[in-house]
Amino acid sequence: MSKDAMIHLQDVQKYYGDYHALRGINCDIRAGEFFSLLGPSGCGKTTLLRTIAGFEDITSGVVMIDGKHMEGVPANKRPTNMVFQSYAIFPHLTVEQNVGFGLRRDPRPKAEKDKAVAEALEMVGLKGFGSRAAHALSGGQRQRVALARALILKPKVLLLDEPLSALDKKMRENMQVELIKLQRQVGITFILVTHDQEEALVMSDRIAVMFEGEIAQLADPETLYRLPNSRRVADFIGHMNFLPAKVAGEENGEIDVDVQGLGRCHISAKQAPGGNRGEEPSVGFRPETLTLLYEGQTATDREATGTVEEVVYYGDMTYYDVKLDGVDEPVRLSMRNVPGRPVLDRGVKARVAWSPSALVLFR
Amino acid sequence: MTQRSNWGRLTRSPAFNGYALISPTALYALLLLAAPLATVVYLSFQTDGSGVREVIHQFTLRNYLEAWTDPIYRAIMQRSLFVSFMVTLATVVLAFPVAYFVSFHVAPNKKSLWLFLITIPFWTSYLVRVFLWKVILGYNGVINSGLKSIGLIDDPLTWINVNVGAIVMTLAHAYAPFAILPIFVALEKIDRSLLEAGRDLGESALMTFWRVTLPLAMPGVVGAVLIVFIPTVGDYVTPDIIGGGKIPLIANVIQKQLLAIDNMPLGSAVAVSAMLIVGVISAVFVLANARFLRVKK
Repeated sequence: MSKDAMIHLQDVQKYYGDYHALRGINCDIRAGEFFSLLGPSGCGKTTLLRTIAGFEDITSGVVMIDGKHMEGVPANKRPTNMVFQSYAIFPHLTVEQNVGFGLRRDPRPKAEKDKAVAEALEMVGLKGFGSRAAHALSGGQRQRVALARALILKPKVLLLDEPLSALDKKMRENMQVELIKLQRQVGITFILVTHDQEEALVMSDRIAVMFEGEIAQLADPETLYRLPNSRRVADFIGHMNFLPAKVAGEENGEIDVDVQGLGRCHISAKQAPGGNRGEEPSVGFRPETLTLLYEGQTATDREATGTVEEVVYYGDMTYYDVKLDGVDEPVRLSMRNVPGRPVLDRGVKARVAWSPSALVLFR
Repeated sequence: MTQRSNWGRLTRSPAFNGYALISPTALYALLLLAAPLATVVYLSFQTDGSGVREVIHQFTLRNYLEAWTDPIYRAIMQRSLFVSFMVTLATVVLAFPVAYFVSFHVAPNKKSLWLFLITIPFWTSYLVRVFLWKVILGYNGVINSGLKSIGLIDDPLTWINVNVGAIVMTLAHAYAPFAILPIFVALEKIDRSLLEAGRDLGESALMTFWRVTLPLAMPGVVGAVLIVFIPTVGDYVTPDIIGGGKIPLIANVIQKQLLAIDNMPLGSAVAVSAMLIVGVISAVFVLANARFLRVKK
């Protein structure tokens, strides 16, 4: 357990009857960190969050918050507060009463508590909404009330259960930025549960990717994106192309790999973060790491040829599905649309430049 | 031609269809509720005649004067209200835990079975259930003969049969399902994450119940109170059978005036007065709880 761990999880196991929901979770979440639990639905991320909050008893293992064992400590005695997926705004109370709900046992005089409520509302941008009825709020406003209600108690850890999933795209993007700013401002450890990989990448200091009750990879967003340790993680975070490969040999931290469609590559051992998971070896790369070469351009590293099979125009970007010569499945690559770089037509022959530093080996 | 198309337009309009749909019920209610009610109100302002069923159609306020000044009516009305308050209190206080248990602790697929079991008392007629209580509580009833046969008492206990307590107990049992169902429905509607939020914000289970569950269940409680309180004030079978006619409630007085004594105007005035009192009490109760009833989910 590291010294600055706010949350320490050690071999956390959870069964619902026969169903093994959490299969030995080990991780330390640092104080002041924006930490995300990312995974598809049913992977156990919400169960883990609720375990930290004290809403779920674990079958075995250790949960420590701020150095204290949490076994037998009920939710109302834990230094955590939660923003629920449904926001759980009390419909019979006003905005103020909602935000001040947790202050009942606060010994401060009423005037000071009222001031704290007003400040909390101002912090989340709801100044002047105090006397509104809770049911008269929009989704975004409800979420702000839920945030203010939790943060006013100055928890050591704020738990957020898919807080943005009910908002529309634009509002969600705004709230992502606001949440990051808010987290920096208050300095509290945030733990976010999400199934949206983009949201996790944008907001988090570190992300734990979970599948089937286990943490598949725990890393910062860049590492997770550039060096996923399994094809599964790679597939879940953005898009990754895979080409069948054969490992020919390894020498001085360089691995010689024969990649279908690309030929012989030298890949640094650092570019092969995953162990053998019983899959056929393959090499992966992100769509933006390959470049279409236009006439007159020469490749800096290596070059392959193929045929454009599909063109998807996005305005700022164009996605191409290119069938490399000698490969069955097309690979997807993305090109930024800039002046002097026309969008290619389907069916044309294309040259593709690639760099070994962008390849990730799964063996 | 114009008339026909207007008629056609009328019959196709949603309002017309709506009225057509409720018309059998509306007609029924009009004939069997509004018309008798209007008759009673009308009679209450008339003068009693000397012959059987005779009413002299002459406007007077004397019936109301008598109904509101005679200490007997006042005492009986007070007793009726007391019995209804007690029945309502007992019913709602006992029904709440049952509704809470079914809503919060019974597996979702078993809930309808539980509700079904709760309605079982309704399979026997109200009259039979009241008689059963008489059999249990009566002078030579189950309890008295049981206690006598094991030698605990020599003479039958009288304080368990002919008294207000026995009436309250009988009515509370009869109305229990009426109270359970509305409370159950209100509890079912509560988003369970609200209760977790209450815990999360530092409150114990008990305080969360007090600050979250109970206020949100109040619409159901208010409904239960009205459903029990209003009909029990007018109940006349139970005091007659359980009380043995010795503890009349307001409904018994009304019945006696209308039929036995044959003073229909006075009986009607007492009936209208009782209705007004119950109406005012109910309205005050609803207004006092208005803030709980306004909550939108």
